[in-house]
Amino acid sequence: MFSNLTLLAQAPVLNIQLLLDGLFIGATFALAAYGLALVWGVMNVKNLCQGDMVILGGFIAVTLSKHGLHPILGLPVAIVALFIYGWIVYRLIICRVIERDLFTSLLATFGLAIVMAQSMNLIFGPEVTTAESGFKTLVLFDGLVTVAEIKAVSLALAAALATVVIVFMKRSRMGQAIRATAQDARAARVMGIDTDRVYQFTYALNAAICGAAGVLISMIWTIQPFFGISHSIRAFVIVTAAGFGNLPGVILAGFGLGFAEQYSGFLLGAQFQQATVVGLLVVVLVARQIQQARHRRAVA
Amino acid sequence: MSQPLKLAALYGAIVAAGIAAPLVFPEYTFQLAVLWIMILFALTWDINGGQMGYNSLGNIFFFGAGMYICALTQVGLYYDIGEYTASSGEIKIDYTLAQYFNGLALGIVLAAIGCVALAVVFGRVVFGLRGPYFAIGTLGVALASAELMGTWGWVGAGGGISLPVYPGDPDQRALLYYFLCFAAAIATFAFLRWLYGTSFGLAVNAIRDDEEKAEAMGIHTTRYKTVAWAISGFFLGIVGAVFGNMTGFIEPLEVAFPTTTFGIFMVLMVLLGGKGTLWGPVIGAVLFHVLKEVTWTYLLGWQWIVLGALIIVNVIFFQQGIMGWMREKFPERFGLVVDRRTTISSQEDG
Repeated sequence: MFSNLTLLAQAPVLNIQLLLDGLFIGATFALAAYGLALVWGVMNVKNLCQGDMVILGGFIAVTLSKHGLHPILGLPVAIVALFIYGWIVYRLIICRVIERDLFTSLLATFGLAIVMAQSMNLIFGPEVTTAESGFKTLVLFDGLVTVAEIKAVSLALAAALATVVIVFMKRSRMGQAIRATAQDARAARVMGIDTDRVYQFTYALNAAICGAAGVLISMIWTIQPFFGISHSIRAFVIVTAAGFGNLPGVILAGFGLGFAEQYSGFLLGAQFQQATVVGLLVVVLVARQIQQARHRRAVA
Repeated sequence: MSQPLKLAALYGAIVAAGIAAPLVFPEYTFQLAVLWIMILFALTWDINGGQMGYNSLGNIFFFGAGMYICALTQVGLYYDIGEYTASSGEIKIDYTLAQYFNGLALGIVLAAIGCVALAVVFGRVVFGLRGPYFAIGTLGVALASAELMGTWGWVGAGGGISLPVYPGDPDQRALLYYFLCFAAAIATFAFLRWLYGTSFGLAVNAIRDDEEKAEAMGIHTTRYKTVAWAISGFFLGIVGAVFGNMTGFIEPLEVAFPTTTFGIFMVLMVLLGGKGTLWGPVIGAVLFHVLKEVTWTYLLGWQWIVLGALIIVNVIFFQQGIMGWMREKFPERFGLVVDRRTTISSQEDG
């Protein structure tokens, strides 16, 4: 099981490969997790169909690239499509669960996740696919480290998108309204902010971010209709670990999860990669619980 | 007829129907056994989800754990487990009737004990979590156990284990497992009916209504929560052990820890029937099972979409469930169907 550990010790340069891959994939995790942190923080909705929105974005890119449109050009298409999709989902489902207890939103979005995964399975088929970007692969360190150029491009795109979103949240009227609503929805309403519209926009924005993350994942990794749940769990791991008001924390946790998955996949075998994600979820929750218990004792 | 008499007649009719059903419709024995399992699922989920207000998405964990404990006991009693799983079907298990029943009985007992132990251990881990964190945490436990079992070579990893073959008539085997499921479901119902009438039922209801206040009133909440979870684990472990033998082959993702099928059905059935009531889960389970069989037969390929839509509609528009709706509609007639003591204790949440 640990034969690869000695391999790592003999060829430390392999670490660079793992770290790079973790960085590239972690950036997309962080993007999707940021969307979840937004929805969770602003409207207190635990969006369990997060991962399925990611996969939907990926399938849009894959389908467009089959019809000759480059996946990078598919990115704006997926963003707009998912924005509209999020808008509709909010009107149909989410606006009815916001005021309800927490389990309601969890279960309703879980139901939506099942519907989405199965619909994608019927529409796009159950095969594991990837969007062909046609970029070269760079070979470094005498062939020990390979970097697909598209991964670097995707990292840059993820960074650019995150910057746009952050600037939007800081500068624009809508961004300010979103932050005001997150702080105190009632006070925001008193100040004349239409919180329902803010919620609607936030949810649609989250869907758009997921769509963008999905396009990037479809270019650098693989997608399949039923991969959504593991992306949702990743987002939950990251947000729970970082806390939803903590943007740098979300980004760091996203990269951390990327590294953890790459290393466990390399050291323990690919079949452990999935187990690592859910295992980390449990670990993070337990750690938070211990933290809270200490907090409760301190308060008492 | 007076009310206790009517209730007795109702229970008698259900038990009689349960005994007669596989004899009248022998070709549906497996489906009917699954129906009893579904009822048990719903009842055990409701202990935590309905009566105690802790919505778990990972109760299926005990189902799979019980299944594996029982299977390993049955095989390990007379064979080497590692060799058996590694041979991938090369070694054939050939038990006499006595050996088979020894293994099965011991397996079921160990599954029940093992699941109670696991509930106590994991109770310490998950019961500090509240609300949605609890739901996600339990979901994580169930998913993680499925993944870990899938990588553990000694128990057959993703390839699973075949259970010992019943050394007798197949029809007899079907009936045996039907009656085991039937007995488990009836026992669960009877136990919970008694339990909800005791101070334990009141204590878990108090935890649901306001955990801080319950604690302030001197209720040892962690202990009650753990015991409630252990009760779920006990019955789920037993039925998991039985279900593993019923299908004859177990593997981690689809049979033992089916988080997205049985695991979510539990929640859905209770919500459909009305949570926090004794009869709600039973009604929900029966209705859901029939609905599921119909969609699985006539809408193949679309069944999951129908199921997901059902979850959404149920959660958004009909969260009180059938029993909750009836309670609102005909409060005065309610004593007819439901044990009065549970009605009173669970009416407080409105």
